[in-house]
Amino acid sequence: MSTLHLDAEALYADLLAGVRTLLQPGSALVGIWSGGAWLAERLQRDLKLAGEHGVISSALHRDDFGSRGLSSGADHTRLPFEVEGCHIVLIDDVLFTGRTTRAAVNELFDFGRPASVTLAVLVDRGGRELPIQPAFSAARVALPRGQRLSLARDEAGHFSFDIKETT
Amino acid sequence: MLFKRNPQLNANGELIHLLSIEGLPKAVLAQILDTAGTFLSVNEREVKKVPLLRGKSVFNLFFENSTRTRTTFEIAAKRLSADVINLDIARSSTAKGESLLDTIANLSAMHADMFVVRHSESGAPYLIAQHCAPHVHVVNAGDGRHAHPTQGLLDMYTIRHYKRDFTKLTVAIVGDIVHSRVARSDIHALTTLGVPEIRAVGPKTLVPGDLREMGVRVCHDMAEGIRGVDVIIMLRLQNERMSGAMLPSAGEFFKNYGLTPEKLALAKPDAIVMHPGPINRGVEIDSAVADGAHSVILPQVTFGIAVRMAVMSIIAGNNA
Repeated sequence: MSTLHLDAEALYADLLAGVRTLLQPGSALVGIWSGGAWLAERLQRDLKLAGEHGVISSALHRDDFGSRGLSSGADHTRLPFEVEGCHIVLIDDVLFTGRTTRAAVNELFDFGRPASVTLAVLVDRGGRELPIQPAFSAARVALPRGQRLSLARDEAGHFSFDIKETT
Repeated sequence: MLFKRNPQLNANGELIHLLSIEGLPKAVLAQILDTAGTFLSVNEREVKKVPLLRGKSVFNLFFENSTRTRTTFEIAAKRLSADVINLDIARSSTAKGESLLDTIANLSAMHADMFVVRHSESGAPYLIAQHCAPHVHVVNAGDGRHAHPTQGLLDMYTIRHYKRDFTKLTVAIVGDIVHSRVARSDIHALTTLGVPEIRAVGPKTLVPGDLREMGVRVCHDMAEGIRGVDVIIMLRLQNERMSGAMLPSAGEFFKNYGLTPEKLALAKPDAIVMHPGPINRGVEIDSAVADGAHSVILPQVTFGIAVRMAVMSIIAGNNA
């Protein structure tokens, strides 16, 4: 039983302020499917950015394909702008080992050569297995490895966190 | 145990080989079609390659000639980053007397991860699947008159692409059905996906009556067969598989069963015309139809690559 309490809505307000500082002319938001895509959608609106945000799936570049097979969500990548030369701000809900981020960056490069890629996340839970660091995280928490933390969104669009025990 | 599990599925019901569409659950067919949709978009990217089969070796074993199927399997495997080895077996060891299983044992010793097999004998891919190592996957690329499952699946992808809902369709399969593994795979797939009316159209010598047992309406009259249909699948007249006098002549066949603009006018106004290729213009299909607005013959080829990528990536990710 976890006593951890994370207020996703309060952290979102911090993320909004953090992402605002990362933007520069020619920036585009890209959310990692699924939690990151929800965040990017709302950030795009709240930051009053022109055009549409992008969504990216890590499924086709995952390194656990050999043991887990093809994961779902592979068809969610949608980048409605020119990636070539763009300053990409990658958004995710939870940063853990860094493997999803690595796969998403590889997917991004299949569409062109961005000018830069930065990463902003709602929660950094440590436990990195790759040299990947976020430019901004709204919170840092420590969780046992067996727990899975992910963002949930209700019908009204409000965010909360889900914590599940995995085996 | 009284019965054996479907050899294509593991204990969790996941696809590990693709040998036939017969006996595959609807959910597995839907998974393949959905995954193919993803790979279709990969072909539109700047980099048309994903690393799912990186480091894997795919052996194309064609004991029977094929250009289109072998090429699309090769492209599909390469877009998944696999190493592809093409073996023209018809001209090699088998001609020197090596048995099928000895050929497979030798290729397995070369660390094959997947065999794509075409063979003139029905059941050859099953034999290989039963005798290869647990980590090796087998895809049937056409065996005798039995099955051609990836063609069946790409036909289903094409129909879904243009018609969306299978449960309201009438589909006519026209021509040389008795020799056609494509027809058999299509009939199993259409039935599993809930198509309410499937017609098999052609002369008595080429359309066996026992198709009725598969729930198919048999029509020996072309006009009756294609009236009001949503989808027409034309088949190639397989002269190389015919022995004896099954047909008076190719000209006679075209007169009765060849798809001309006049006969196509009997189908629904938005009907699509499909053909697995290679087409014989003026034998089973008129050029005006093959190149006309209803024809989706070339999109079928494009979809075929995505469907083969889906099949290979799904089976490679599942363990026996």
